[in-house]
Amino acid sequence: MANDAVFADSFMKITTSLLLALGLSLTVLVTPDAHAQQISGAGATFPAPLYQRWSVEFNKVQPGVKVNYQSVGSGAGVKNFIQGVVDFGASDAAMNDEEIAKVKQGVVMIPATAGEIVYAYNLPGVTNLKLSREVMAGIYLGTVTKWNDPLIVKDNPEANLPSSPIQVAYRSDGSGTTFVFTQHLSAISAKFQKDIGNDKSVTFPVGVGGKGNEGVTALIKQSPGTIGYVEYGYAKDSGLAMALLQNKSGNFVAPSIESGMATLAHVQLPENLRTWPVDPAEATDYPIASFTWLLLYKKYPDAAKLKALKDFISWSLTEGQNFSQELGYIPLPSSVIKKSKAALATVE
Amino acid sequence: MSAPENSNDSFAPFQSRPDLFRLLCQAASVLTVLTLGFIIYEIIAAAWPAIQKFGFDFLTNSAWVPNRDRFGVLPFILGTIVSSLVAILMACPLGLAIALFLSENFLAAPVRQTVRFVVEMLAAIPSVVYGLWGMFVIIPISKAFGDWAVAHLSAIPIFSGPAYGNSLLTASIVLAIMILPTITAISRNALSAVPKTLREGAYALGATRWEAIFGVILPTAAPGIVAATILALGRAMGETMAVAMLIGNSSRLSWSILSPSGTLAGLLANQFGEAQDLQVNSLMYAALVLIAITLLVNLIGEAVLRYTQKQTAGIR
Repeated sequence: MANDAVFADSFMKITTSLLLALGLSLTVLVTPDAHAQQISGAGATFPAPLYQRWSVEFNKVQPGVKVNYQSVGSGAGVKNFIQGVVDFGASDAAMNDEEIAKVKQGVVMIPATAGEIVYAYNLPGVTNLKLSREVMAGIYLGTVTKWNDPLIVKDNPEANLPSSPIQVAYRSDGSGTTFVFTQHLSAISAKFQKDIGNDKSVTFPVGVGGKGNEGVTALIKQSPGTIGYVEYGYAKDSGLAMALLQNKSGNFVAPSIESGMATLAHVQLPENLRTWPVDPAEATDYPIASFTWLLLYKKYPDAAKLKALKDFISWSLTEGQNFSQELGYIPLPSSVIKKSKAALATVE
Repeated sequence: MSAPENSNDSFAPFQSRPDLFRLLCQAASVLTVLTLGFIIYEIIAAAWPAIQKFGFDFLTNSAWVPNRDRFGVLPFILGTIVSSLVAILMACPLGLAIALFLSENFLAAPVRQTVRFVVEMLAAIPSVVYGLWGMFVIIPISKAFGDWAVAHLSAIPIFSGPAYGNSLLTASIVLAIMILPTITAISRNALSAVPKTLREGAYALGATRWEAIFGVILPTAAPGIVAATILALGRAMGETMAVAMLIGNSSRLSWSILSPSGTLAGLLANQFGEAQDLQVNSLMYAALVLIAITLLVNLIGEAVLRYTQKQTAGIR
């Protein structure tokens, strides 16, 4: 029995010290987080790599602020934002008036970065392919079906175009990329607007669907004779050829960071900062470019959170823009940054 | 400090335990049924606006146009069924051959064990890996075959062109490999379970190995083989990721297996993220259709299983 008592005693001691140690280590683990300001956001998948990079880089500047961005899609992002379960939302299609009306505190939409959509193609030996407005729509309407269609040959007299069929690739998942792309084609072709229309997921009469930008990129890369629309960064990273597109003034413009920035600089931003260069008119404008927006409430009850959020976004609009280019996004032109910052200042 | 003297007493608490155990088991099984019921209820509730709006036209309409609020899933229903059937057509003979090879004594036991292990390992490969592998390995092969078939066999509607890399055929080939372990493992168990006396009897009557396999062993194991096929069919119909990556996700109806197609599971995976309003309701309706189809397949499987069991009851 004596042995048992000694055993019980030492057992108690060990348990107590173990519990103490556990408690201490938990305190150590938890304490910094308790002081850290957590900011949560959700929304568009297109800018997610950039936002997540911003979160990491900003944490180095202000270790006390943790930004957690979930790429759940623009639609879900807007939904979460309206329900108030996140501190900020993000959407490639901004918010429409009906959605804005559902948010009692009011909404501030801030362009945070921008993208360019390109016609990437796989046609060995053919570079600098030029696509007229008629061809751009015709390919997705299924009316231009062969690579040596007279409409294509007309603008590319020197290119050695094969007689093979054009294989068309599109996004099978709902996406802001498709929204912006079909918005432009609807603007330049009445038939496209009537037959296909403009939305995040539409039904094309031709082609194969790939999931995500990476899916479409893979489709193009795998089979010669394929053309598809993807974000500029994806086409550039995978070394795909990109077509020069005809803009409203009739010029053929190559996609690049510079042409994208020039296009966006020409955009007249309305007061709510929600607009698209649907069919840009300047001679050097690249036809298909778009902003993507951060969605903020007009009022935040928690002052500490408000400060952290504003710090993060104002850092993103300045230093943050330096990360855009390497990830394939178009840095905002300074005129847009100025307006974005002014909009941010109205958040309180 | 000594061993218990009255062992009856110390057993008493154990005797009352089976009731507790039974209760736990009952609760677990009831919970499972409730969960299934709850899932179906939730899906029907979410799909209700679409069910009211489209009714049965949803099943026969071939237009899926989210931006015009026109929803019909006929191409996806056909895509789901045809891709799975083509996969079964390819996987069944192969899987059955492997199962025979592994259950009969063609080779030394260690070799059979190794082959069996490798085939069953196929089941452990994640679906997305199959998808990637299909993209880089199967698509070029399938496209080359497609181009050849269009050039030589295009008179047959299922080989009419143009041939795409991402097609029903590509998806079916990868599905066939994915369901191979299911067919092999269950068929092998069924074949191994054929009583030794039956085999010996067949040989004693002077049957050759082939006669024994085709005349006695395969018919006896038939219920198990049917069960394997049905399970594999269910797996193929529900497969999402790999198929979404390979089938081309198109809602156009086509006779050709070389054209892109779409499946219900792939449709859900593709469009759910950015869907809104009626599109969400319609996707839920599509999910309900998928559940109904798999349920139907299982019911047919159960019926066939019972029938074959009855047919082979005499010789078991």
